[in-house]
Amino acid sequence: MQELSDRGMRITFKLYASLADFLPAGSEKHTIKIDIPDTSTPNELIDRYKVPRDMAHLVLLNGIYLKLEDRDRNIIKDGDTLAIWPPVAGG
Amino acid sequence: MAWTRNVMRVNLTKGTITNEPLNMDWAMDYLGQRGLASKYLVEEIDPKCDALGSDNKLIMTTGPLTGTCASTGGRYSVVTKSPLTGAIACSNSGGFIGNEIKNAGWDMIIFEGISPSPVYLYVENDKAELLPADDLWGESAWETDELIHKKHQDPLIRIACVGRSAEAGCLYAGIINDLHRAAGRSGVGTVMASKNLKAVAVRGTKGVGNVKDPAAFLKATEQGKKVLAENAVTGQGLPTYGTQVLMNVINEIGAMPTRNMREVQFEGASKISGEAMHEPRPTDGRPNLTTNAACFGCTIACGRISTIDQGHFSIQNKPEYWGASGGAEYEAAWALGSDCGVDDLDAITYANFLCNEDGFDPISFGSTVAAAMELFEIGAITTKETGGMELKFGNPKALAWAAEVTAKGEGFGKDLGLGSKRLCEKYGHPDLSMTVKGQEFPAYDPRGIQGMGLTYATSNRGACHLRSYTVASEVLGIPEKTDPLVTDGKPELVKAFQDATAAVDSTGLCVFTTFAWTLEDIAPQVNAACEGDWTPEKMTEVGERIWNMEREFNLAAGLTAKDDTLPKRLLKEAAKTGPATGKVNGLDEMLPKYYQIRGWTPDGVPTAETRQRLGL
Ligand code: SF4
Repeated sequence: MQELSDRGMRITFKLYASLADFLPAGSEKHTIKIDIPDTSTPNELIDRYKVPRDMAHLVLLNGIYLKLEDRDRNIIKDGDTLAIWPPVAGG
Repeated sequence: MAWTRNVMRVNLTKGTITNEPLNMDWAMDYLGQRGLASKYLVEEIDPKCDALGSDNKLIMTTGPLTGTCASTGGRYSVVTKSPLTGAIACSNSGGFIGNEIKNAGWDMIIFEGISPSPVYLYVENDKAELLPADDLWGESAWETDELIHKKHQDPLIRIACVGRSAEAGCLYAGIINDLHRAAGRSGVGTVMASKNLKAVAVRGTKGVGNVKDPAAFLKATEQGKKVLAENAVTGQGLPTYGTQVLMNVINEIGAMPTRNMREVQFEGASKISGEAMHEPRPTDGRPNLTTNAACFGCTIACGRISTIDQGHFSIQNKPEYWGASGGAEYEAAWALGSDCGVDDLDAITYANFLCNEDGFDPISFGSTVAAAMELFEIGAITTKETGGMELKFGNPKALAWAAEVTAKGEGFGKDLGLGSKRLCEKYGHPDLSMTVKGQEFPAYDPRGIQGMGLTYATSNRGACHLRSYTVASEVLGIPEKTDPLVTDGKPELVKAFQDATAAVDSTGLCVFTTFAWTLEDIAPQVNAACEGDWTPEKMTEVGERIWNMEREFNLAAGLTAKDDTLPKRLLKEAAKTGPATGKVNGLDEMLPKYYQIRGWTPDGVPTAETRQRLGL
């Protein structure tokens, strides 16, 4: 569990594929619960965990894609899930 | 010209083999592989013929870039009328057989009639002969491969063959080549077996030197390889995680078909994902994934080679499955996994091994097992039919058993071999079949990805993701991101993907290149290799022509606009979780517009003007 001093919200944070290397210790199945300040934006979390921004290709908040311009907005709510992938594809 | 301009015609009824020149007028309009072989089929068979009768033909076909140094230029396709759907079928496969056919000097091999007894075709460059296969009949695809290699004492022969499922009449049997690659969908293997044709074994040493402008071709293909290497998807994502990287993505966006598409998210997705394949198993400390693998000439190498824990229930005391073999790609992992509610990666891998060993489509098989599990749950199928097996969602032993009985067509395996549509009809619940035109769905729930609903409903070979993979845009942002939850703009998107894909499928290249390449990258390679002026615009037009030709075949075969639909579940039962909560697929909002931009009547028939414009 990642404890931050100014706990405001608890969210589920997921990093997949090659981004898994950036997950903090204690993560399981690419997932960790983290406590974050109320004002956190997706890009702040991306930076905090040192995920290169150009590798944060698919950024999903509760499964919904966040456009680049939404990633600096204060749109995360308590209990949300933020999941991030590098560019990936399949078929 | 990268065509060899040679067509081999094999009349199985008479036992004759002749060669004829490729129809170059058609090649200019349909390019090769899917387009050109479909043109031959459309011209040569009655669309109403019995798919398993002597009037159906089966064409193995390469593309003009097959066997060249273009990246992924090793593809081949099998074109025929499908016994599963009654529609035109074209199944595409990688591996090495396509390159071998081309190197032996053939653009395509057309099989007609039915052999009076089991045979296989042996081709060594110009030499071709039909040889008895009585000793191969009843053997799996893997055993057949080994026996033919032994018989000819030539390890370099490439073989495409059918397994026991096809012989037993499984309607979604494929043709396995190079042990774990398959022309998998629509029952093309069932047609091959119906012709008493067990295998095609090829040795080709002629080379493919006949490109139009070798210097320009080298330049164009080098440039293409550079684009693939520098692209994060084709350069890193696909080789490392394979298509299976999508498991967690699609689950997160709420479009993971689960338990016969009752749900759109699977709680066990992370356990059967591409990431999970890399993780050491708690039981033996080794990961499921052994290595990645490439088809002929491919610089992407997305293939999965896997190993099952020797202590796993599925292969205990079965050393023949202890080695590394073709692992689960996303489509197999989804169908055998979440659709059956199974989160046991090794059980999925075992079922996938059996699909390869005996040549049956893991998508259609998994989806049929899922339908059977739902029928079992509501009591329409009982342990009486299954011989005691508890065919319940989430039971990995039931999945393994289902694969074993389907592989050999034994007992309830006969019923599973019917496919989901006929199985659900037989047991009185046709609405539980998740199919379009009789073919089972692939791995994207169209409530969570709206464009895929239109893709499935209008696909010329029944439900299929590879006919227009709008997932690329709606989910992955390739070439640009669109919203998966809206229907606006999707008819245009689907048409664009359908036409472009039909063109790519006619080149000899792999459609996975299109995660990095557009027709702007592909056309210069085709143009440098082939006579004619192959611009991106011309390729799009060829794609549109192919699409309309396939459509006309299907209409003549008896399909109508009524068949361009989805199961009731996807149109009436809303998604219960995830971003698509409360949504059904909005097919009604998309279909009329789609017909209109296709230049079809409101009944889905190409208008005279459209036919004329495309030269049909
Ligand atoms: S991308 Fe994958 S499927 Fe396509 S040719 Fe390469 S290895 Fe084969």
